[in-house]
Parts: sequence; C-alpha cells; structure tokens
Amino acid sequence: MSTLHTVNKSPFSTQSLQSCLGHARDGDAVLMIEDGVYGAMTGSQMADAVAARGNAVSLYVLGPDLTARGLDAGRLIEGVTGVDYAGFVDLVASHDRTQAWL
Amino acid sequence: MSEEIKKFLYVNRKAPYGTIYALESLEVVLIGAAFDQDVSLAFLDDGVFQLTKGQDTGAIGVKNFSPTFRALGDYEVTKLYVEAESLAERGLSADDLQDITYEDEDDDWAEKPSIRIVNRAEMADIMADQDVVLSF
Repeated sequence: MSTLHTVNKSPFSTQSLQSCLGHARDGDAVLMIEDGVYGAMTGSQMADAVAARGNAVSLYVLGPDLTARGLDAGRLIEGVTGVDYAGFVDLVASHDRTQAWL
Repeated sequence: MSEEIKKFLYVNRKAPYGTIYALESLEVVLIGAAFDQDVSLAFLDDGVFQLTKGQDTGAIGVKNFSPTFRALGDYEVTKLYVEAESLAERGLSADDLQDITYEDEDDDWAEKPSIRIVNRAEMADIMADQDVVLSF
C-alpha cells in the first residue's frame, strides 16, 4: 500500500517539497513535475535533504519539464529517475493513491 | 444502492484569504458530504491558519468562511486532523483554534470535539490510510 506524491512547485518558493518529504512514508514515490523539477537538481540548498530521503523513497522527475527549463539531466541528484508522460501514468497506476503537494 | 464507502481525505495546506484554495476546499467538502463517504480533513503547514478563532474579514471585503467549519458536524464531517508541528512552527497552540464539535449519534448525541491534534508521523499514517486524497 504505497502512495505516489507529486510536487509541482519550486522548493525555493514554497514548502511543498519539504512537507512532502516529511510526510512520505518509506516505500512511497515522489515525482517532481512542473516547477517541482528544480528540487531534483544537484548543488542547491535542498539537494542534500532530497538525496537523503532518496534512500527510503523512490525519487522521479518528469523529463519534459526538465527539458522545457533547459535543465541538464546530467545534473540530477543521484538516485533521481527521469520519466516521460507514459512513465508518469505507469507510476500512477502502480501506486494505491496519488497525493498532490500544491 | 449499496456502494462501497471510500475514505476521502481533504488536505489543506494554504492560509485562508491570500488564495482561493481554502474556500474552494470547504465548498468541495460540503458538496462531497452529500455522497455518504468516510470523510476526513487534514490541516498542515499554513492550512492550520484556516482554523484560528477570531477571524473578521469585514474590512477586506471577502467572506469570512471560518464559521462554516463549525457546521461540518451536521454533515457528518467529524474528523479534522491538525498537525502539531505545523501549529508549533507558527507559534500557535490548540487554544488558538476554534471550538469545533459534533454530536455523536452512537453516544446519545454527546457533544465531542472534531479537532484532533496529531503529530507529523500520525498525519503521514492518516494520509496513507485513504482511498482518495484531494489536495488544496
């Protein structure tokens, strides 16, 4: 019984990613979409916290949103997996519920 | 018609008047109450500001919807989970929140508090126990 969490805001403008990571349970998945993808990049103030939670939570980022913002997939936090739209659908289908962190 | 009762959680993470999220959430809860589901509300992060007492919007020209929370019990919405950490981070305690009660039909209509203060881990467990999570 696991949950897919989606985060669509930059961690530098809201607490959504932080709150999500604080409520996701071990074995859950977190998918960063839209401006949420900024939370998946190395070198930021958030990166260590995201990477640390990646040990217990599966981390994903939506590729088209990275590309749109000119972000380099080579600079993703280690352990973050890129998915396309079909992969997004697969994640929704393979979890018991989806919870959006707006 | 005997349809399966599902557990619905409405997650409230926004303060009441700066955006429309909080009012819209309450509207959806009231609409959803007609469907006989097992409804809970969660208040965390800035969402805890929705429940503070003494709200008076007269001078900003928008509706003060905070009294509506006290009517939820009449719609059998009796579980309002409030995260302790979110309160503490904002310098609030349970005493700063409205008194919201419901009458328990299984206990001779005894008046009971709807607000239940939970910690972050308990809130995570509540979220993971739902069939449907609606976020505002």
